[in-house]
Amino acid sequence: MSPALLEACTLTKSFPGVRALKGVSLTVDRGEVVAVIGENGAGKSTLMKILAGVQTADTGEIRIDGVPAPLRSVEEALGLGIALIHQELNLAQNLDVAANLFLGREPRRWGLIDSARLQREAGQFLQAVGLDVAPDTRVGSLAIGQQQLVEIAKALSTQARVLIMDEPTSSLSAGEAENLFRVIDDLRARGVSIVYISHRLGEVTRLADRVVVLRDGENSGELARHEISHAAMVRLMVGRDLSQFYPHQPHGRSETVLEVDGFRTPAHPTHPLTFQIRAGEMVGLAGLVGAGRTEVLLALFGVQPAVGGTLHVGGKPLKAQKPAEAIAAGLALVPEDRKREGVVLGMPVRENVSLASLRQDQRHGFRDAAREEALSAEMMQSLRIKTPNDRQVVQFLSGGNQQKVVIGKWLALKPKVLLLDEPTRGIDIGAKQEIYRLMEELAAQGVAILFASSEMEEILGMSDRVLVMHEGRITGELARHQLSEEAIMHLATGTASTASTASSAHSAHPASPDLHP
Amino acid sequence: MKKLLGIFGLLLAVCLFATWASESFRSGYNIENLIRRTALFGVIGIGVTFVIVTGGIDLSIGSVICLVGCGLPWLLTVQHWSLPAALAAVIAVSVGIGLAHGLLITRLRLQPFIVTLCGLMLYRGVTRGFTADQTVGFADGYKGLRVLATGKIPVPGIQGFEIPAPWAVLVVVALAAAVFLNRTIYGRYLLALGNNENAARYSGINTSRMIVLAYVLCSTLAGLGGVLFVLDVNSAQPVDFGNFYELYAIAAAVLGGCSLRGGEGSILGVIIGTALILVLRNVVTLVTNHSNIEFAIIGAVILAGVIADELVKRYAIRRRAARELAQ
Repeated sequence: MSPALLEACTLTKSFPGVRALKGVSLTVDRGEVVAVIGENGAGKSTLMKILAGVQTADTGEIRIDGVPAPLRSVEEALGLGIALIHQELNLAQNLDVAANLFLGREPRRWGLIDSARLQREAGQFLQAVGLDVAPDTRVGSLAIGQQQLVEIAKALSTQARVLIMDEPTSSLSAGEAENLFRVIDDLRARGVSIVYISHRLGEVTRLADRVVVLRDGENSGELARHEISHAAMVRLMVGRDLSQFYPHQPHGRSETVLEVDGFRTPAHPTHPLTFQIRAGEMVGLAGLVGAGRTEVLLALFGVQPAVGGTLHVGGKPLKAQKPAEAIAAGLALVPEDRKREGVVLGMPVRENVSLASLRQDQRHGFRDAAREEALSAEMMQSLRIKTPNDRQVVQFLSGGNQQKVVIGKWLALKPKVLLLDEPTRGIDIGAKQEIYRLMEELAAQGVAILFASSEMEEILGMSDRVLVMHEGRITGELARHQLSEEAIMHLATGTASTASTASSAHSAHPASPDLHP
Repeated sequence: MKKLLGIFGLLLAVCLFATWASESFRSGYNIENLIRRTALFGVIGIGVTFVIVTGGIDLSIGSVICLVGCGLPWLLTVQHWSLPAALAAVIAVSVGIGLAHGLLITRLRLQPFIVTLCGLMLYRGVTRGFTADQTVGFADGYKGLRVLATGKIPVPGIQGFEIPAPWAVLVVVALAAAVFLNRTIYGRYLLALGNNENAARYSGINTSRMIVLAYVLCSTLAGLGGVLFVLDVNSAQPVDFGNFYELYAIAAAVLGGCSLRGGEGSILGVIIGTALILVLRNVVTLVTNHSNIEFAIIGAVILAGVIADELVKRYAIRRRAARELAQ
């Protein structure tokens, strides 16, 4: 038997504060679609970057056709036929399709670009991916799905034998995604191998010949084609059944705390939003990338003030023009980009935890140092923040502990409404569960929680109720008993009309059995 | 803290070398002079520290010194204003300049570099305009006020050395600044927003107001510095009074542990940094008799200091990574 096309053996990789890979292996055969799945922080992205030469592994070996290949740079990986298609597309929007395809490898004649040949060859690769646009179309004028195909054509033009696709459908509509799947089927038939990374288990089931599951920087299992099922994948991803992983309890219904009426965000001013959240209720905000979830949270919190509509917190009207006003009314936001908006990386744990409450604890402008110390000690203990001491600079904490610092900062103010944007992005599985437990405890204490998440399992596992957004609108609302991946994806991709939302309540897609023990 | 000790050690080493190499260095007169100049430059260095802590920069300090330093004697001797009115006017102008810088930077989102570079040209040009480029000074008047800059406080039991009065001004300014930066919530806000403005804003801090405050403090202290400098030398020429002083102040702040990326700063550090630069200048003049190479020496020392700091930082990060890997 000939050696596998691509073999990665026991790769390890560490970053300051995190061991991203603790010995991960992966093999890919010719013409095979291998899906790599795992929760955020499981090590998928790091593995892909290593395979594409963006980063190098600390230890371990990569073999291509049985020959050791160190892959020290992207050029080296491309030379050996491995191409990575990033989640965020890397195309020059101002150049035409052909120029993008051959950027840096332009066919030349007398030292000048041979435009005729460039356009002709570009046309061939566009045909190969079924993209029906002229090679001299400006990339900026193409839809996202079309741009994605340009990226694939570009990879093929480098004679790639292995295409690594990182969340390729994260910003595609359902139709565009279906088109991409056909292209992938076609590539597989022509002997190109695909490594497909996705959160969307439905897509994985549709495409994969084999599924490799990562958990916490290690291989947690592998499923052959006939073994692939939603339940099996989830079990390998979270290490146990969903019901045990997500500590969800149904919460008692009490008074409405957050009332949003005709609310218009600056990003989508033409779509008024209306919803309410009760005390102790945990509401998930689902949708595709760019659906406008983050914008809703930022508008509620006054970072990007709303341009219309009303907002009531605990019955009192709030016009949040800046975060300070939202905070004073009892709102708190755990933002999406922890390092840029959540923590002050260069400051110690103590100073981060006290940052939001300094104002209320001040004495005529002076800091209350004793109170600060007591507060950080309290938060370190109750949130189990792992750090040698509270003088440690936050930069050197793991993602999960940094997130706890952000949450601790808000708990000091006893918020009525906690907004969380991707609360567990990039943190390991143990810390993840602690964050869930924490959210659960806060809800039990009567805090109203609204969290946006791109992780289907998290939305399914944690929510009492889910609001689904599509292109700036709330396209539907699902109660816990109506929750299923299919129902949410229908609403999130805009394939279910608002009218059918109501009917979906009747047909009530039963959630996967392990959701309801 | 380690950084402070490092720079203080360097200052001590340079002083020891100078004491050994030059007899004139250790004269009471020379040391008094050094302390007086350190005090004057220290005041403006403290001002720019606040701006640097926010991650900004102020290039207009030298020109503000020129505007105030020439404007004060001009108002008094040419326009015959009363002393309180003239003093109030120059300080108000300094505050106003800082306010304008801060508002342009936070409201219009202009780059601090551009705003204050334009200020650098604007304020000196205006001064040269209204004084018609003529030297202005106090002549023999205002002796009482000049004590603030030229006066001396005798030390009991020591002959031939008295503490220059500006040192007292510096101590007051430095104590107030250190308390503000390290003990009030506003000092913490400045440090936090200099480190990560978004995170500070998301924590409910009015970051724009704090940034404006930093520029106001910087220009006000530059104005105070301008008053002290002109009282010290008695007369000022608009064409070069205060020229390059902003660069001394910025260099002193960086030597004293400020990061130009923002979020770090120490009042004691900037004073030690100021002293180091002035002692270096003094040593170059006294020991080599070539005062024209002083900028080269100062430039080289600052560059070496910044390189050493960066290398130490990288070493610390590598060592930490290695330790974590071992665990």
